[in-house]
Amino acid sequence: MDGFSSDFSAGGSGGKVDTGTIMEQVKVQIAVANAQELLQRMTDKCFKKCIGKPGSTLDNSEQKCIAMCMDRYMDAWNTVSRTYNSRLQRERARM
Amino acid sequence: MNGQGATADPQLQQFIEIESQKQRFQQLVHQMTEVCWEKCMDKPGPKMDSRTDTCFVYCVERFIDTSQFILNRLEQTQKSKGPFSETISD
Repeated sequence: MDGFSSDFSAGGSGGKVDTGTIMEQVKVQIAVANAQELLQRMTDKCFKKCIGKPGSTLDNSEQKCIAMCMDRYMDAWNTVSRTYNSRLQRERARM
Repeated sequence: MNGQGATADPQLQQFIEIESQKQRFQQLVHQMTEVCWEKCMDKPGPKMDSRTDTCFVYCVERFIDTSQFILNRLEQTQKSKGPFSETISD
């Protein structure tokens, strides 16, 4: 994240940093941040669901559980996103 | 130079506004998914059953209702009780 400010000032003395380049970089950073957020929350939730008592290895049934949990978490994420989006649309229409 | 740096470019400014809005949406989706996961998900199965899916839909709707209810009620309390507004706006 500390590369962010330096990118903006990179062209400071000379011309401007290309707006398109900045927008591309911001988009990439947003995508990375969102992926990290999802990864972190998913790991948290699926660890809680699937690892009862941590053993010496991640055993087969735990791995199966984690795989299913990941898929269900994505389903849940998509349902939440869809529901929230249609709610926003409804509220916008009412205004 | 108006001392505002990046905001000087209107195209960039609009881009940042739209991306910020999208990001607020995404952030709330992350948050609600986490909250509703706790409420709705029992043991993750091979596929999402419709009962669980419905639970997620209701959960999102009621979460937003709750947020709006609390906001409204706080506003009302603020109006009726003068001194309270000072503590909340600090």
